[in-house]
Amino acid sequence: MSQKIKDASIPTIPFKARFSRWFGRNLLRIYMLFGFTYLFIPVAYTFVFSFNDSGKSNLIWKGFTLNNWQNPCGAPEVCNALGNSIKIGLLATIFSTILGTMIAFAIGRYKFKGRSSSNLLIFLPMATPEIVLGASLLSLFLVFKINPGFWPTVIAHVVFCISFVVVTVKARIASLDPRLEQAAMDLYANELETFRKVTLPLVAPGIAGAALLAFSLSFDDFIITNFNSGTLITFPKFVYVSAARGIPAQANVIGSAMFFLALAIVIAGQLVKRKKTR
Amino acid sequence: MSKDPITARGDLRLTRITKSYGDFTAVDDLTLTIPKGSFFALLGPSGCGKTTTLRMVAGLEEPTVGSIHLGDTDITTTRPYQRPINTVFQNYALFPHLTIFENIAFGLRRRGIKDVKEQVDKVLNLVELPHLAERKPTQLSGGQQQRIALARAIVNRPALLLLDEPLGALDLKLRRQMQIELKWIQREVGLTFVHVTHDQEEAMTMADTIAVMNEGKIEQMGSPADLYDNPKTAFVANFLGQSNLIKGKIDGNDGDNLVVDLYGQKISMPKKRSHAVDNSLYAGIRPEKFRISRLGTPVKGNILTGGHIEDVSYIGVSTQYVVAMPWGQEVMVFEQNDDGVAPFDKGDEVNISWEPTFTFGLRGDEDIEAGTEVNPEELEEE
Repeated sequence: MSQKIKDASIPTIPFKARFSRWFGRNLLRIYMLFGFTYLFIPVAYTFVFSFNDSGKSNLIWKGFTLNNWQNPCGAPEVCNALGNSIKIGLLATIFSTILGTMIAFAIGRYKFKGRSSSNLLIFLPMATPEIVLGASLLSLFLVFKINPGFWPTVIAHVVFCISFVVVTVKARIASLDPRLEQAAMDLYANELETFRKVTLPLVAPGIAGAALLAFSLSFDDFIITNFNSGTLITFPKFVYVSAARGIPAQANVIGSAMFFLALAIVIAGQLVKRKKTR
Repeated sequence: MSKDPITARGDLRLTRITKSYGDFTAVDDLTLTIPKGSFFALLGPSGCGKTTTLRMVAGLEEPTVGSIHLGDTDITTTRPYQRPINTVFQNYALFPHLTIFENIAFGLRRRGIKDVKEQVDKVLNLVELPHLAERKPTQLSGGQQQRIALARAIVNRPALLLLDEPLGALDLKLRRQMQIELKWIQREVGLTFVHVTHDQEEAMTMADTIAVMNEGKIEQMGSPADLYDNPKTAFVANFLGQSNLIKGKIDGNDGDNLVVDLYGQKISMPKKRSHAVDNSLYAGIRPEKFRISRLGTPVKGNILTGGHIEDVSYIGVSTQYVVAMPWGQEVMVFEQNDDGVAPFDKGDEVNISWEPTFTFGLRGDEDIEAGTEVNPEELEEE
């Protein structure tokens, strides 16, 4: 080592110190790399195997094909299940977003008796194990002589989606500067106009985010759906049932497509945001 | 009373207003009249109740006790949107989702005014930012946002415009410029401006009348010159500029003047400038009113002898001296640098003198530290 030092008067930084400095500077990046790898390997696997020329079972790579993408409804029942899931997802999203936003405003903006307990209770469906929630809902439906099926599933989904909507929208309301609403009132807008012209547009991104979250939660729910849907096939149920005899590659196609759709929505959202603030 | 409050015009009258939050009294039995067309400043340190007062006038808070009138109309409990009063908020509160044009048009549209475009363009020209109409607030600099907030308020031609620390977020240079502009705009549009600030210089530059507030009460009200030249309380004396307050005793009368004994040395001051209630008083002299002279030099007016220069700071337009007096007090003296050199050095034995009419007298039981925002150590660090 000492031979490398040509001019002894220039102090050199030992390798160990240099490495630890580099490591310290890049630690976050290294950590991020590992994090994303961990998160995306399963997604990548799903995507790659959507091109598998699989035949019956999609476990072993048998060669590349575009057949699955060209014919996503190729496997029996897969598109029927997908259609049901989308219908349930949309309905659950609409109801839970409207109700959840109203609850979020009530809790976030107004003082009333039982506010803090409502604030706590709203977390309950989130904290309850799904298996318990699903089973309880089923027995509740049966008590009221409602047979499991499409609508009971929608109602069940609204139950657990509401909590997530409330939490998301409430966060947005909390970050809203109350002076903006005061300024609106100061500028001759009454309570309703203030809400329509200022509050709602400013909370809208939070509501949109909540709706997306609600849809994706509803779309991939299996446990609660399994209890309350009866003979109705949803996409998660389809995947679960077919797992026993091999999941068709079409399921990978639909899964990947959903992933890219979500990604596109997020990117589009970012682009719109950037355009707005430019 | 049946008159629509939105059409009310005239002087703003606050009558015995108190606002309490639980045990805390933010505003304490305040009575105040703000004449129509004036530029009025509510000046005081943070927490003195000035912003609470403003919010009650705007309708964003309701007084616990008392009433607010605009002209003959009682507006104490009317909603903010029912009052012909607009506010320039601290940090501006521009609507981030609307363009500058729509921000300014907001009030006009709510009231169903027809020629929105014309009026918005006019006010954008007044604040000299017509080219920004289609931008969003986040794309504007602080100074620009400030002007838009002002434009958004004055476009409505309110009976009263409230300004809540409107220049607080701007840097010093921009603040100076906006002070002059605000004053100009006020004259141009002829509205009543009520300006809340903790910055005494800002209040003095802009306002016709200043009310100095402290602990929910008005300490003193008057023109900037009145308040500066003849403060009634130690708080006002210290909060507006700097003051030397020297403890003394009233020793007798001499026509229209009082003879005051300051640590054994007799001075005189006009009777009408004394706010003392008994024999004890603080004689107040502003630092720039003092003159320093060498021992033996004849001087006019009041003289205090036996001082020596403790510290000299040359700051260009003036030289600031700290003079230690024989009774242990240090007084501040600002001398204009008329001849370009600082003629006194540290350690010099000197007398200080001043015109008797510049003296003001405060009650002898005042807390002479009241209203001094910075302590001497901090001042030295600057």
